[in-house]
Amino acid sequence: MIEVSGLTKQFDVRTVLNCLNLSIDTGEIFGLLGPNGAGKTTTIRLLTMLTKPSGGIIRINGLSFEKNEQQIKSLLGIVPQHLNLDIELTARENLELHGRLHGIPTAERNRRITELLEFVELTDRSGDMVQTFSGGMKRRLMIARALLHRPKVLFLDEPTVGLDPQVRRRIWELVRHLASEGMTVLLTTHYIEEAQALCQRVAIIDKGHLIALDTPQTLCQGLGEYVVDWEENEQRHNKFFPNRVDAASYSASLTTTVIIRRSNLEDVFVELTGRKVVER
Amino acid sequence: MISHIWTVVWRDWMVLKRRLGRYILSRMVSPIFYLVAFGWGLGRNMTMTHGSYLDFIVPGIIALNSMNISFNAVGTPVNMSRLYHKTLEEYLLAPISAISYVIGKILSGILRGIISSAVIVVLATIFGAKLSLNGWFIVTLILNCAIFAALGLVAALYMNSHEEMSNFNIYILTPMSFLCATFFLPNQLPGLLHWIIEILPLTQASYALRQTSTSGGFPETALGIMIIYFVGLVWIGTRKMKQLQD
Repeated sequence: MIEVSGLTKQFDVRTVLNCLNLSIDTGEIFGLLGPNGAGKTTTIRLLTMLTKPSGGIIRINGLSFEKNEQQIKSLLGIVPQHLNLDIELTARENLELHGRLHGIPTAERNRRITELLEFVELTDRSGDMVQTFSGGMKRRLMIARALLHRPKVLFLDEPTVGLDPQVRRRIWELVRHLASEGMTVLLTTHYIEEAQALCQRVAIIDKGHLIALDTPQTLCQGLGEYVVDWEENEQRHNKFFPNRVDAASYSASLTTTVIIRRSNLEDVFVELTGRKVVER
Repeated sequence: MISHIWTVVWRDWMVLKRRLGRYILSRMVSPIFYLVAFGWGLGRNMTMTHGSYLDFIVPGIIALNSMNISFNAVGTPVNMSRLYHKTLEEYLLAPISAISYVIGKILSGILRGIISSAVIVVLATIFGAKLSLNGWFIVTLILNCAIFAALGLVAALYMNSHEEMSNFNIYILTPMSFLCATFFLPNQLPGLLHWIIEILPLTQASYALRQTSTSGGFPETALGIMIIYFVGLVWIGTRKMKQLQD
């Protein structure tokens, strides 16, 4: 569904994305993982035509960006990181504006708006001005808006940032539901558990470079499925093992308190970059 | 394309419709002051070539008011939408052409400018001004609104802060409000200044509105110059919209 080859973006002399190659299948939930400033949002902006690439090729559904701008735009649904709803309109009017911009006929548009407001549980607030909504409600409305024209690809840029755990899990459920219906989902996140819980494959980006790409399980197994954490001389240490038995026998040899746990994408990131995902 | 233009207008109409009463009331304030100060106060004992000073300044007040309203109806919201609310992205991400957005916003600016001008016409009549409304008067008024709505859009797309937008108002619109044949004829100004004032669109709008409201004639030169401004600004605005992809 999405083919990216040699995608590069430079702002003056600063390279924010360097020769990215990706191929994302139809119906896949694909995650871009990395710290702030890694190049995740730039990648989304490039794939949604909000930013022009300095180099490389992008194809969506077999269509190249150069000649099929309007056609490609109608295939994409985008939920940006920032809240960009029109605060001078009601929830329903925001959806109506989007539907009109995408040329959805009136009867279908009205039916679809009603369905989606129900889907994101905002039916009873449909006539309220968006500025009275909480952050979670706005995020849900943005998802409804992105889905209104039945896009084939949904881009979610940090979809759960700043939301409480309950709302975050509701959005995860929505994303899984959409992918099960055949929609391709590309999401960026710096929440490790989000990438691990949702994504079938993950690309880890750091300083504009792709440093790993695989399923979360394979990336973790590459390090070792189990990890032993311990502290010594006020320094934290860890060691990876292919199974729990090996991890347990190693911990027995240590004289300090240890924690045995499963490895995760944070470990992968730290091993590959020497830094944590949430660090600058 | 027409449905996309209409969508842009529809959005602005939904916002305006909700506050139409308040909008009309607020549009009455500055014209009343202009009419009282320059019509009743300063102009009570003044006469111009074709009648009273009140009759002379009403077309000027309409020109400057429609300029301010159309400019700010488009400029401020689009600038806020681009820099702060990021709602401009909704249009950039949608499968619509840049010119559809530009034309839609200009039509919204015209709508607000016309409502505001209608308020002034009613007030001026109450104040005793003699004003002949005809087809060319309305064409000129619409064109004036269109020029300054387009200028508002261009400014909003180029200015990178709210402060820069305010400065545009202070350094460009405010001098035009007073100098462009609104309250007096600029032919008594020094040579170079007079020449500069003559080629500004508001001067041409003031001339054309005054001519059409008194003699009902066809202001071909003024309309010609105004059309050049309008086409140029639409071209610049559309080009800038396309360049918003950084």
